Amino acid sequence: MLGWEFPPFISGGLGTACFGLTKAMSKLGLEVTFVLPRPVSSGGESVHVKMRTPADINYQKISLEEEEYERNLKNIKIKMIDSPLRPYETVESFKHEIEELIHAKQTRCSLLHISEQSKAEAVGHYCGDMHSEVQRYAAAAVRLAMQDDFDVIHAHDWMTYPAGIAVAAVSGRPLVIHVHSTEFDRSGEHVNQTIYDIERAGMHAADKIIAVSYLTKNIIISRYGITGDKVEVVYNGVERNGNGLNFGKIGINKDEKIVLFLGRITMQKGPEYFLGAAKKVLEVMDDVKFVMAGSGDMMRKTVELAAELGIGSKVLFTGFLRGEDVRRVYEMADLYVMPSVSEPFGIAPLEALNHDVPVLISRQSGVSEVLTHVLKADFWDINEIANKIVAVLKYPPLRMTLKEHGNFEVRKLKWEDAAQRCLAVYNQVVCEPACV
Amino acid sequence: MPSVCFYFQVHQPCRLRHYTVFDKDHRYFDEFKNKSICRKVANKCYLPTNRLILDLIQKHQGRFKVAYSVTGVLLEQLAEYAPEVISTFDALAQTGCVEFLAETYYHSLSFLYSRNEFREQIQKHSDTIQKMFGYTPRVFRNTELIYSNDLTDAIESMGVFDGIITEGADRILGGRSPNFIYNSPRNQRIKLLLKNYALSDDIAFRFSNRGWNEWPLMAGKYSDWVSRVNGNGYVVNLFMDYETFGEHQWKDTGIFDFMHHLPEEIMRNPDNNFKTPSEVIASYPATDVVDVPGLISWADTERDLSAWLGNSMQSNALHELYRMEPNIKQAKDEKLLNDWRKLQTSDHFYYMCTKYFADGDVHKYFNPYDSPYDSYINFMNVMGNLETRYKKKELVNSK
Repeated sequence: MLGWEFPPFISGGLGTACFGLTKAMSKLGLEVTFVLPRPVSSGGESVHVKMRTPADINYQKISLEEEEYERNLKNIKIKMIDSPLRPYETVESFKHEIEELIHAKQTRCSLLHISEQSKAEAVGHYCGDMHSEVQRYAAAAVRLAMQDDFDVIHAHDWMTYPAGIAVAAVSGRPLVIHVHSTEFDRSGEHVNQTIYDIERAGMHAADKIIAVSYLTKNIIISRYGITGDKVEVVYNGVERNGNGLNFGKIGINKDEKIVLFLGRITMQKGPEYFLGAAKKVLEVMDDVKFVMAGSGDMMRKTVELAAELGIGSKVLFTGFLRGEDVRRVYEMADLYVMPSVSEPFGIAPLEALNHDVPVLISRQSGVSEVLTHVLKADFWDINEIANKIVAVLKYPPLRMTLKEHGNFEVRKLKWEDAAQRCLAVYNQVVCEPACV
Repeated sequence: MPSVCFYFQVHQPCRLRHYTVFDKDHRYFDEFKNKSICRKVANKCYLPTNRLILDLIQKHQGRFKVAYSVTGVLLEQLAEYAPEVISTFDALAQTGCVEFLAETYYHSLSFLYSRNEFREQIQKHSDTIQKMFGYTPRVFRNTELIYSNDLTDAIESMGVFDGIITEGADRILGGRSPNFIYNSPRNQRIKLLLKNYALSDDIAFRFSNRGWNEWPLMAGKYSDWVSRVNGNGYVVNLFMDYETFGEHQWKDTGIFDFMHHLPEEIMRNPDNNFKTPSEVIASYPATDVVDVPGLISWADTERDLSAWLGNSMQSNALHELYRMEPNIKQAKDEKLLNDWRKLQTSDHFYYMCTKYFADGDVHKYFNPYDSPYDSYINFMNVMGNLETRYKKKELVNSK
C-alpha cells in the first residue's frame, strides 16, 4: 500500500482513513506493507511505530513499541521513504520545505541509502518542485517493492500514483488506486495541470479504482474519462472511540454556546462560508463563540475576514489540533459545521458524531450520501447554514434527537465493511488476467 | 348481512413555506406548493373519483352508499384552488346516499392537548359542513383515528354524536372481530365502528403490489372475501384515505375499474348491502365492549402515536404550540388565531418523525422536507414569529 500519511503524522483525513482501513484489513488477515513518504525527522522517538526507512529494508523486523499497535496492526508493515512529500501541500510551501531539507542534507548524512548513485541522482533532482519529488518517491518505492512479495498494489491519492504505476510495471501486479480526493476538490476549477495529468494517468493505468463516494465517482467519470464499471465506491468508516452516549455532557453549564469548524483552513473547506454564517447568527444571538480548529493556506485570510466582518472577538482560532485536544474541543462543542465547497468524503463529521456532537454538513460532500441524521445545507447558502446553527443552539430537543440518532447511525459505518469491500476489489483484479 | 361501510378520509395540510429565523413577515404558508398539490390531487383523485362515485350511486339507484370526512383545511384550499371539487362533493351530498363525518376542522391532535380547542374545532367543522353541504354530521372520527375511552366521554359530552369511528387494532379486540358494533366500557349509547384493516389495506396498500400473492385483485374475488363475513359480523368497515384512488394507487393500476365493478359484485350476493356509518349505527346493536385505556391510531404497524409523538422534537413542538393557546385567544386577532390553528394540523408533526426516516419508506413519500430536522426547524421558526405577534398585542394592551 502506497500512502501519504499515517498516524501520528497526520494533517487531514487521509492518514485517519489509511489507519482505520489497514487496521481493519489486518483483522481480516490481509498482510499490508505500507510505504510512506516522510522527511526523516530527528524526533523519530516520539513515534508509536518504528518506521522503517529504505535502509532498514533487509532487517526483516519491525519493533512495535505499543501493545495495542501490535495487536491491531499485526499484519501491517510500515515503510518510509525519505521524501518531503506531504499531503495537502501547495507548491509554494513545498519549495520552502525542499530548501530546508537540502540544507539539512548538506550538514548531515542522508538516511536515504538506495544507492550512492541514485542518491546523487535524487539530490540532483532537487530542483525545488514537488513533481520531481513524486517521481523520486516512485523510484524509491520500486526498489522497496523489488524486495517484497505482494499480490496487489493499493495507491492512495495522486502523489503515489506514479509510484503505483511504476511498481505495477516492474512487478506485474494489479494496481488499485484509491481516490480520496481529486484536483477538482482541492482547487476548484483552477486545477494544476500537472497534478491533473498524474491523476488521469493513474486512473487510466489502474486495474480498478476505489472512490470514497458517488460524488467522487461522478467526478472520476465526468472529469477523467473513466468508464463507470471500473470505479467502485467504498465509503470510509469511523473508529468507535467513545463509550456510548455521553449524556452527562448535556448538564454542563457554559456561559456560551460553541460552534466548531474543524479541518484544514483551505479553499476546499469553505472557511469563509463558516464566517459568513457566523456573522448572521450573531445578528440574532449573542452568547455564541465560533471556534476554528485547524491550519492551512487560507488561515491568514480567514483571520482577516473575521476582523473585517466585525466578529473577530467571537471567532477563536486554535491552530492545528491532535489527539487529546481534538477530544476536548469536541466535548465543548454544541455543533460541528463542515461547510466544504467540495468534500469527496469527510471523516470529521463521523468523528464529531462519535463524540456526541450534532453535525451540519454541506450537501456537496460524499459523507452526506451516508448520513441522514444530520443537518445539511448548500455550502454557499450562508443564510440557511446560519438558520440551522441558530436552531441547534436554541432548541435542545433538536440537539438531543440529532445526537441520539446520529450516534446510532454512525456506528453502522465500520472500517471492517470498507476493508471487506476493498478485499472484494482485490479479488476481482487478482483473478482477472492482467491484459483485460 | 354483512353491510359494507365505506368511509374516505379527504385531507391535505396547509404546508409551510421555507421560513428561517431571519424571516420577519407573517406569510407562513407555501401558497404555490399548496396550490399545485391541490390541483394535482384534484385532477388525479378528487374529481375522477367523485364522478365515479356519483355514477355508481345513480347506476345502483341509491343502493350504493359512502361516507366522507373532509377536513376544514382542505375545504379552504379547495375553495381557493379547485372549487369544482366542492361542487362535485355538493352533488354527492344531494344524492342522499352520502354521509359526512365530523372531525377537528384543522385535522389536529387537539384531543391530546386541549379539550377546549378540540371542541371548538369540531364545532367549526360541523358548522362548515352544514353550510356547504346542508348536512349535520352525527358520527365523529378523530384525527388519524386516534382513540381511547376518554374520547367517547369527550364526544358524549358534546351531545350531538351517535357514533365514533376508529381502528380495529388487534390489541383492543383481543381476537374478536372488527365486524361487530362495540361500546366503550363507560358508555352504552355511543357506538364504535372499527376499521377492518385487513380488507381496507387490501385496497389501500396492497392493491398494486405485484409481489402480493393475491395480485391482481379483482372485484369478484374481493367480494367473495367480503361475503365470507356472512354469519360472523354485521358490517365490514372499509376506511381509507380518499387519495388511494388515483394518487396512492395510480390510475393505471386499475383501481378505478376495480371500484367501478365492486358495488355490483358485492350486491350480487343478496345478503350483502351498503350502509353509511349512521345507518349501521341505526341498524345494528352493540354486541360487546372494547376497553381502550391507552391511545391507539390507524398509523403504521404499531397503531400507536409514535408517528406524531415519537421523538423529543415532536413533543416539544406540540407542547410549545398548545402552551400558546391562552395568549393566542386573548389576543382576539382572527388572522393570528387561524395561523395558529393551521399549525395544529397533524401532518406538521408527522414530517418530524424519525422512526423510519433512514429507510426511506412511505413516510418520505408524503414529506415535503428533506429531513425531519428541517421540518422541526421550520416549524419552530414559524412558531417563534407567531409568539412575537401576540406578545406585541399584549404589550399594546397593557399600555
